[in-house]
Amino acid sequence: MKRARVAYAGAIHEAVPHGSDDTLRLADGRVVGADAVVWLPPFEVGTVIALGLNYADHAAELAFKAQDEPLVFLKGPGALIGHRGQTRHPADAMHMHYECELAVVIGRPARRVGRAEAQAHVAGYTIGNDYAIRDYLENWYRPNLRVKNRDGGTVLGPWLVDAADVAWPPQLELRTFVNGRETQRGNSRDLVFDIATLIEYLSGFMTLSPGDVILTGTPQGVVDVDVGDEVVCEIEAIGRLVNHVVGDAVFGRSSGPVGDAAQGRKA
Amino acid sequence: MPPLPSGWAPRLDAPPYRLSGVIYGSLLNSRAALAALGPAVEQPPHKAPPRSVVLYLKPPNTFVERGRPVRVDAEAPELELAAQLGIVIGRTACAVGAADALDHVAGYLVVADFSVPHEAHYRPQVRYKARDASCVLGPGVTARQRVPDPDALGLRVVVDGRVVQEGSTGDRIRGTARLIADVSEFMTLSPGDILLTGALPGAPRVRDGARIRIEIDALEPLQTHVAAAGGRGAGS
Repeated sequence: MKRARVAYAGAIHEAVPHGSDDTLRLADGRVVGADAVVWLPPFEVGTVIALGLNYADHAAELAFKAQDEPLVFLKGPGALIGHRGQTRHPADAMHMHYECELAVVIGRPARRVGRAEAQAHVAGYTIGNDYAIRDYLENWYRPNLRVKNRDGGTVLGPWLVDAADVAWPPQLELRTFVNGRETQRGNSRDLVFDIATLIEYLSGFMTLSPGDVILTGTPQGVVDVDVGDEVVCEIEAIGRLVNHVVGDAVFGRSSGPVGDAAQGRKA
Repeated sequence: MPPLPSGWAPRLDAPPYRLSGVIYGSLLNSRAALAALGPAVEQPPHKAPPRSVVLYLKPPNTFVERGRPVRVDAEAPELELAAQLGIVIGRTACAVGAADALDHVAGYLVVADFSVPHEAHYRPQVRYKARDASCVLGPGVTARQRVPDPDALGLRVVVDGRVVQEGSTGDRIRGTARLIADVSEFMTLSPGDILLTGALPGAPRVRDGARIRIEIDALEPLQTHVAAAGGRGAGS
């Protein structure tokens, strides 16, 4: 089973596909077109935990050596948007890229959970597209939040697919299409630290709670995107997550950062 | 956000200071702390001092419920205490300028943020800062109107009856208004979010049994204690 969270006619609803993914049945019985709703992240999101360089081929692409410990960073709720949302591309950024990731959603509290028990703590899976703007990279507490925790920079959805519907461990093909052209391809079987290892590692120092989500990292094939691009992240058996890259003007910013912040950056 | 843990900071979870559970911390926001790193700031892997804000998150698993201890264990028997001023956001702040930034503040509180001591600032492991039970929020929020200048408040940390750190919320690279402005340029701050303004240099270290009191002028003092997981230590 898979579920979405959508806004429709003045309220937020749980929805399931009705016949096809193009039609939704809301929990209250209404049947509506997939383009008649606003898609939200498909569950109430708790702590967002992201992995850097968790595919060997992507690490090589960015000229990093493989890690001996998972490279983890956290994200705030302001970064999250749903399927078919808009992500802002600042005018002064030359190097903004998507990252298609298998997102693992926690379903049961996990504290000091071993690898062998990790599967029981997984509620399901969704797709994450975790944008980065490398122009803003600085070498202090990397990846710094200006690169990786921007408003609307983390797209989640469209569906939360039940763990029971996906073979364990997930060995799923990931692909990204920019304006219809395939730019990225990988398979979650190639994770450097697999899902069970990540749950064991994380739950060793932080209790994981239902709704927490682990973005497991992206394979090679990240390319820069620009205003007007449609970015589609697709994961076998999970879905197809659409995002639109838009310019500053859509957000009422005519010339990049506001004056104050621009000064701060040059200081 | 899912509901906060039951029993967590009940006095804070009431309008107009209903907290969202979102806490962002600032690092290296003290001129003296940055200067203390010496020439390393210009050398690899850093190559240059920070230009933009240096931030991190304290997720909800780090929150210490009222009266409960900060946890140490065999893997981290000693923690570094970043005693600091926390800003509670009162109005949505998105791309605000410094001149208007304080209009978006509901109030201030004392925050005790604990992390595993670490030397590297390039890509520190998240486990240093995201440990369970490693963030204590002050007992109450003081309204902005009662704090005329958040950048000129005396701060004292007392551990087991001895003053171990003393300073001022001044001497920051980014004062309160500038910090809100620079963060909100790329991250919207929402009502109830807390933005920490950063530690002073010389953060004290604490171990099992330590009793801690943090005073910041004009704010309600924060008191907490440290205990080893498994029941040892005061008050556990």
